[in-house]
Amino acid sequence: MTDASRHIPDRLESRASRALKSWETLLLAVAVAIFIVNSFASPYFLNAWNLSDATFNFTEKAMIAFAMAMLIVAGEIDLSVASIIALASTAMGAAAQFDVSTATLVLIGLSTGVACGAFNGFLVTGLGLPSIVVTIGTMSLFRGISYIVLGDQAFRGYPSDFAFFGQGYVFWVISFEFVLFAIIALIYYVILHRTNFGRAVYAIGNNPTGALFSGIRVQRVKFILFLLTGLMAGIAAVCLTSRLGSTRPSIAFGWELEIVTMVVLGGVNILGGSGSIPGVVIAAFVMGLVTFGLGLLNVPGIVMSIFIGLLLIGVIALPRLVAMVRR
Amino acid sequence: MTTFLKSREALLIGVIAVLLALIATRFPAFVAPDNLARVFNDTSPLIVLAIGQALVILTRCIDLSVAANLALTGMVCAMLNVAMPGLPVVVILILALFLGAIMGAVNGLLVWKLSIPPIVVTLGTMTIYRGIIFLISDGEWVNAHEMSKAFTGFPRAEILGLPMLSWIAVIVAVMFFIIVARTPLGRAFYAVGGNPNAAVYTGLDVGRTQFAAFVISGTLAGLVGYLWVARYSVAYVDIAGGFELEVVAACVIGGIAIAGGAGTVLGAILGALFLGIVKNALPVVGISPFWQLAISGSAIVIAVAFNARSARSKGRIILKRAEATA
Repeated sequence: MTDASRHIPDRLESRASRALKSWETLLLAVAVAIFIVNSFASPYFLNAWNLSDATFNFTEKAMIAFAMAMLIVAGEIDLSVASIIALASTAMGAAAQFDVSTATLVLIGLSTGVACGAFNGFLVTGLGLPSIVVTIGTMSLFRGISYIVLGDQAFRGYPSDFAFFGQGYVFWVISFEFVLFAIIALIYYVILHRTNFGRAVYAIGNNPTGALFSGIRVQRVKFILFLLTGLMAGIAAVCLTSRLGSTRPSIAFGWELEIVTMVVLGGVNILGGSGSIPGVVIAAFVMGLVTFGLGLLNVPGIVMSIFIGLLLIGVIALPRLVAMVRR
Repeated sequence: MTTFLKSREALLIGVIAVLLALIATRFPAFVAPDNLARVFNDTSPLIVLAIGQALVILTRCIDLSVAANLALTGMVCAMLNVAMPGLPVVVILILALFLGAIMGAVNGLLVWKLSIPPIVVTLGTMTIYRGIIFLISDGEWVNAHEMSKAFTGFPRAEILGLPMLSWIAVIVAVMFFIIVARTPLGRAFYAVGGNPNAAVYTGLDVGRTQFAAFVISGTLAGLVGYLWVARYSVAYVDIAGGFELEVVAACVIGGIAIAGGAGTVLGAILGALFLGIVKNALPVVGISPFWQLAISGSAIVIAVAFNARSARSKGRIILKRAEATA
């Protein structure tokens, strides 16, 4: 069903990357178009501070989306990311009640994320279970633990300097989160497109058996990818908790969908094997601009989710519809 | 194979019996027949949805939009009842089935005609259906006093000591026992999920069978949508939020292999009953209901591990579509 190049991995690269480039150009054009439409639709759009605020719509999600992109390229998926945020945030909130330092809080958040990722990774690579069900299970499990700890309560009382991660600005309107997002994007670009590890990820996604026979430690690579996804969810948890200043068990509810949408919109093949980080970066901007623009037009959040759902299906359906019509 | 499956269901029955016995040692009232009937009634929506989901999973798909489908159908029924209080319940029931079927068909068509992975399709339609509820209701609630007596009374009407809701679960269960075990369609579900390539060679249309499973799952979700709203006498955007996970959990616990092709309707029902008993026993035993989510999560993980241990197949890469249509 998928393109014939799937069966000729060594030729796939050049062809796939060319195809992806065109996808990214298209996406970029969409982003620019949305930007222009938005600036006409609302007088409040073209304002440096408003635009800076708009970046918060996607920075945290995009951080996770980069790791998720690699995971999906490798043929796996992690639907528990939003729940990892909830659990990491709960862990930090619980620690904050004991007046620990900000550095310790961050450490707790990140290590909770990594631990959750390791748990997912162990279940998928150690026990050989399908990642989609495992992470649906851990999605309930992780958030469930938050509910056990918090119930209908909320954690507050974070130290004042903890607020910097989500509310601080590095330079003028450039927020700390945005800088972090840019740095992480760069790191993931290098990992996926410039290292042996990145090549291994593509190889696994295209043909796990072939990858194994060519000497790639498939399970270990996948395990590391789950760890990275957990770590990113931990970083996002630090930023989000810091930005909101409180933790409820329902924090980041439904984010897994938006993150997967972002990845797919960025041109990553949901079946694995192809995709790129620049695509995901542009997709993050597209989604951020769309939600921000709709927000300025007073469209409620739940209606925006219709757009996101349509976007997710439309982006995958469109190339297939075009192919069907051509045939 | 059959003996293994039988033992799986036997195991579940054993687990449920032990669970009930443990609760009974401290709270004998819990296992009184009328309370068990109440637990069954409370679990009925989950049972009906789990049966639909089981068929979808049998064909190597997954339907995460059931709860949203349920909520949207429920809202439409409630609003219709408010607008036309005189409309007989039968009409509303038929409408609910029809509406659910349409939403299931949308999922099915996207999977069948466009070969989009089911997880992506139903994640997308899940948010779309939920969003539509907000659009049609403007975020307002439909409350008990606005609904007609006949509308809210139907699922509670008692026949032979059991409420209508329970009877519907029984009827659906029996119906699908027969469909799955005794009809060509039932066999097709197993064939398509077990080995799509072989299914094509035996003349089965894989996509169409998956489409049928989605339509059934959607229809049942629509049915439960009306029953849910009528039973709780309230409709709003977030009803049954996250319930799709409980439904998948029931199937996985019931031994429906997520790689497709293995599992039974009875297993799904037992899985649902297990979760229902746990849910109803928690407050009795004095554990906060906030434990529910973590318990279903652990149950899914443990059950998946169990399923993989006993039937290890190479269907691990769940995102890779069956190459049958190639």
